[in-house]
Amino acid sequence: MEFSIIVVVVVAALVFDFTNGFHDTANAMATSIATGALRPKLAVLIAGVMNLVGVFVSVQVAKTISDGLVDEARITPVVIFAGLVGAILWNLLTWLFGLPSSSSHALFGGLIGATWVAAGVDAIQFGQLLSKILLPALLSPILAGVVALTATLLAYRITARAGRATVSSGFRIGQIVSASMVALAHGTNDAQKTMGVITLALITAGTLPTDAGPPLWVILTAGLSIALGTYVGGWRIIRTLGKRVTEIQTTQGFAAEVSSAAVILASSNLGFALSTTQVATGSIFGAGAGRRLASVRWGVAGQMALSWLVTLPAAAAAGAVAAYTACLGTIGVVIVAVVGVALAAGIYARSRRQPVTAENVNDAPAATPVAANV
Amino acid sequence: MDVDWRALLLVGIVSLAVAVAVVVLVAFALVGLSARSGAARHGGEASAPSASVGTAAACVCLVAAAAIVGFGLYLVVV
Repeated sequence: MEFSIIVVVVVAALVFDFTNGFHDTANAMATSIATGALRPKLAVLIAGVMNLVGVFVSVQVAKTISDGLVDEARITPVVIFAGLVGAILWNLLTWLFGLPSSSSHALFGGLIGATWVAAGVDAIQFGQLLSKILLPALLSPILAGVVALTATLLAYRITARAGRATVSSGFRIGQIVSASMVALAHGTNDAQKTMGVITLALITAGTLPTDAGPPLWVILTAGLSIALGTYVGGWRIIRTLGKRVTEIQTTQGFAAEVSSAAVILASSNLGFALSTTQVATGSIFGAGAGRRLASVRWGVAGQMALSWLVTLPAAAAAGAVAAYTACLGTIGVVIVAVVGVALAAGIYARSRRQPVTAENVNDAPAATPVAANV
Repeated sequence: MDVDWRALLLVGIVSLAVAVAVVVLVAFALVGLSARSGAARHGGEASAPSASVGTAAACVCLVAAAAIVGFGLYLVVV
């Protein structure tokens, strides 16, 4: 039982990592695809590869997750499994609606909800939660927005006198580099979260000491899984970020990507597990406002902000239900797995009715509103 | 509950400085490069740089931007 549940947790974690990958391709590549700096297929390939590279660059964030978000001594791998199922389902649902919600918050929400039900509210380390996760989550999109706004304003001011064609193509080439940096940064932050969770599961099962970092096979499988997800590409969210927030020019795309990469890399280095999605979104809004305030569709911003607020509690609720069921014993775990797979398949089937692919990602249906009731 | 305000502040300052510096440097590089095509000299503007000066300035700017990025990555990796 003990070994098989570990296998189940690792598989669930890797599935989550995969959804994380395709949910977040947009962060790095939406603006490059929208401006035509990179062809869609090439963009996701670069993003996938850079993600994999980023995974090996830094493991600070993985340590934050495995080291003291919840009390390891009081939860079991079953609880982690339940949390992951909640996170995966929320990620798939938001993807269906093309909402760039935070995969990280889905993960934390799922884990917190599951822990709450299984071990009680005091097994959650709220201090850690606030200082390492919630506070960075609140501040990072604002910071990214301000940085991108400043950079965009300056970039337009400086290049005002320069040849338009040179500027446009120059920033287009710059975007290829800056988008790769964001993908790399994504690997240093998001892929770490899954590694942290698998490490946490191994610690709760007693296979690793409490203060251990992620073993090599964990780093490798998590990296491959997120890279694969990135390559598959979440075209729905790419369309939302690239086309529906604002019309993006190459100058803005470059400024937005450089800002995202700077904020994420600086945070990763200090072990802050911020949401790469929210940073990238903040940057895009900042870059939009930097050119012309009125060019930003603030209604879309409102819908996104709402989905951000809901993500953690919604994933927590799903994780809590899953944990309640899974704690009934082996049969409970099986029920959670079967129901989870069924719901995921249902969401996928629903997405096929209006597929968004590499071919039609830039055909912006600006009139279709994002379902606000998510 | 101790919030590491210093680390948060550091993230803010570093990312603002780095991102703005890189974007500004690349922007200046493009101004320099556009002198080559002559597009910047519309209206006979006196301050427009000559082609070779523009290219040289662009190179300096791009190298500086690359150095900032490289140093940043070095800090993360090591």
